[in-house]
Amino acid sequence: MPPNSSHLSATAPTAGTSTAPARLVVMENISKAYPGVLANDNVSLSLQAGSIHALLGENGAGKSTLVKILYGLLAPDSGTIHWQGNPVNISAPVVARDLGIAMVFQHFSLFDSLNVLENIALGMGVDANDKLRQRIIEVSTRYGLPLDPERSVYTLSVGTRQRIEIVRCLLQEPQLLIMDEPTSVLTPQEVTELFNTLTVLAEDGMAILYISHKLEEIRTLCSGATILRGGRQVAEADPRKESVASLAALMMGDELPPSSQRRSRVVKKQVFAVSMLNLSAADANGVSLHDINLQVGEGEIVGIAGVAGNGQDELLQVIAGERMATDQKQISLDGRLIGTDDAGRRRQYGLCCVPEERLGHAAVPILSLVENVFLTAHHRKNLRTAGLLSYRRSRKFAQQIIDTFNVKCQGPQALASSLSGGNLQKFIVGREILQSPRALVISQPTWGVDAGAAVAIQKAIADLARQGAGVLLISQDLDELMQVTHRIGALCAGRLSAFYPTRQISIQQVGLLMGGETLTEAPLENAAGENAAGTLGDGP
Amino acid sequence: MIALQKRANPSQLMGYLAPMIALFITVLAGLVLFALLSVPVGAAFHAFFIEPVSSVYGLAELGVKAAPLVMIGVALSIGFRAQVWNIGAEGQLILGAIAGSVVALALYEVDAWYVLPAMMLASLLGGMGWAAVPALLKTRFNVNEILTSLMLTYVAVLLLSWLVAGPMRDPDGFNFPESRLFHDAATLPKILSGTRLHIGALVAIGLVLAGWILLSRTLLGFALKVNGAAPRAASHAGFNQSRLIWIALLMGGGCAGLAGLFEVAGPIGQLLPSISPGYGFTAIIVAFLGRLHPVGVLFAGLIMALSYLGGESAQITLNLPLAVTGVFQGMLLFFLLATDVLIYYSIVWKKPQRVTLQRAIDANSKDQVHEHQEILHR
Repeated sequence: MPPNSSHLSATAPTAGTSTAPARLVVMENISKAYPGVLANDNVSLSLQAGSIHALLGENGAGKSTLVKILYGLLAPDSGTIHWQGNPVNISAPVVARDLGIAMVFQHFSLFDSLNVLENIALGMGVDANDKLRQRIIEVSTRYGLPLDPERSVYTLSVGTRQRIEIVRCLLQEPQLLIMDEPTSVLTPQEVTELFNTLTVLAEDGMAILYISHKLEEIRTLCSGATILRGGRQVAEADPRKESVASLAALMMGDELPPSSQRRSRVVKKQVFAVSMLNLSAADANGVSLHDINLQVGEGEIVGIAGVAGNGQDELLQVIAGERMATDQKQISLDGRLIGTDDAGRRRQYGLCCVPEERLGHAAVPILSLVENVFLTAHHRKNLRTAGLLSYRRSRKFAQQIIDTFNVKCQGPQALASSLSGGNLQKFIVGREILQSPRALVISQPTWGVDAGAAVAIQKAIADLARQGAGVLLISQDLDELMQVTHRIGALCAGRLSAFYPTRQISIQQVGLLMGGETLTEAPLENAAGENAAGTLGDGP
Repeated sequence: MIALQKRANPSQLMGYLAPMIALFITVLAGLVLFALLSVPVGAAFHAFFIEPVSSVYGLAELGVKAAPLVMIGVALSIGFRAQVWNIGAEGQLILGAIAGSVVALALYEVDAWYVLPAMMLASLLGGMGWAAVPALLKTRFNVNEILTSLMLTYVAVLLLSWLVAGPMRDPDGFNFPESRLFHDAATLPKILSGTRLHIGALVAIGLVLAGWILLSRTLLGFALKVNGAAPRAASHAGFNQSRLIWIALLMGGGCAGLAGLFEVAGPIGQLLPSISPGYGFTAIIVAFLGRLHPVGVLFAGLIMALSYLGGESAQITLNLPLAVTGVFQGMLLFFLLATDVLIYYSIVWKKPQRVTLQRAIDANSKDQVHEHQEILHR
């Protein structure tokens, strides 16, 4: 039994006290086992109308399972759910919706070619008529979620698409809204807007269950938190009274490593540079790059912020050599011009890359880890004998990566697709870092990775830089950028902003750069960046 | 209601089992077909599957038929692994046969060791040249190679008809549309006297081994596999996709061309208007039946060769039309494609459910939650 849950089980659902509002939903002693894993072990959760409650935990802690049970996507092995005091059996999402539970998923179910109105109508199973249009406009203005019902979805940003999902839920007039990691795709400005909306909704009496592993967010937004670790409920906390460090400690147990210190540094020698690079979009959905200039020095980590789809993929591809620059001079490594060399040659010279997409781009899902090692490491790790693949040396290198980066898998013969996202990412990052590259270009290294793995990856990147390599870090995670980089800039619509020392720029100013604005005032030497930075690592 | 449920992991067992299940259903369906045609089922089974391989001569014939199927099948399966769909091996086979025949006739009555090697080289180049057209169109203009390679087959058939009726017609042949019979130096040596088994069978086995090593141990084979399984990973690794497309098509064309030469310089002995009972197309079935693995292709080639012999035997002993062969081959491919579903799905019994859009969205969300670490949304 988790230590902090005793007060929950002691409370009878009907015994509403005069001080606290009635409990809207009470989940008690929920257990759910998968073969080999106890995903939820006697977890209890209780929500009040009008509150924003956080469900906090690393990937694999059991958050998704618990929420899926509440939304009727999974049946619990044992445990009870009470809704407004009455025991309920939520056997399907349709039951959950009838009760008044709505959920916004991390990934949207929208048809790109239809407009907002049609999408909402389809999702609700009603006609796309003027009445619905009216209600959409009503709800969206009331909660500060501006939406044009006639816009086609493919023209909308990710933030706006999320609004459609939220409005679709709100139209069902739910009493409980579940949000699954909603901010992972938003700019800081969009996050602020979302938080305003959620606050208004809570004031209107709606209960909100907010799933996240971003601690800073939870501290600003939520009034209560249930923390899960390894399927168990380890604590109930009031995040407003906790520090980021104490929440992280609860979430990760004793896995929390000491914080890494970032300092500005004098760059000695340039390792890697891109100059005057232009690249036209590969297809109608692509982004063209304009006048890209950047330099990375020895031991330096340079960050590029930006909302997805502003040219990050294109930039990585042209640097990696998957697409060629138009001129050999546009990209250089240690003074060698490599703009039109292919990816294999660039890797030979010492330029390694980790693209954003793990399966299908950085790794081949249906091949084993041994073969995936061969994919990018055969040049630098000399994995061929007389022209033939050396399985022995590839296996050895795979095992070295697994050991060094603590990759949880069934061994070097495991298929890449059998690894969890975080473990596969550790493997891929390890594969490139252990090749001791001169320069590493890495995109979204900790996307969808649990906090423990994220810290390990960030530490490995920092260590690589300390050994003298130059690192270019392309990320949408501002906290990460503020925490690990020395200099930072942003990519917007294929144009790169100027770069600023990370110490001297605030997270708000980076937000402006991400929106394509130039900073009118020079970044101040202040500590704003330090304060806003860091989901983790702001150690005592 | 029977429903298909996606497996968590593709079943390896089914990978091996599916071709056998397909083969079994094919035989079963064939016997049902015979019964419907009022042919005695037992006799038909014997004629089709037993009789052709019940003598040394029959087994040698099996090798004669299997050799071109395996040669082409190995090359095609390597290309298919790379997702390069060369459907025109039949045309490449014909062009190889033509090119080899041109050399044979040009060196008519020349009795020297270099005649056969020169013919083989010409056939390789002929087949590769025919395959180069789809390769060029694919890499230069992104034209679908399925269409171009297939259409070029019909061009090749017509070209052959014109050549044997015109420029390459036997001057002493009473105007029959045939070339001269090749002289001895231009004819393949036989492995087994008294039969038609020729060195093509050895070449086929050699190609199986070479294909096996290529796919499992070389960088090129690895690149082809990766290109097929995850094209973006291939470009991430720095494998040149155009180069891989060229190699896959030229390999298929070369092997098909060589197989074509072995037909005209072996069992046939001259250039005829029709030199192949569809080996180039059947090799596609062979490649898939053999799980795109060279060793699998060897076995699949033997099975498909049996379908040719069985068809002939059924024609002779039971007066069945030769089309039976095509029916069997077609059924086998379709059953194989059908049973392949079992690799990724298992069959379950489910209560019928009304599918509504909302349910579909829920199901979609369910999948997404499962895969949410992997999918990147933008």
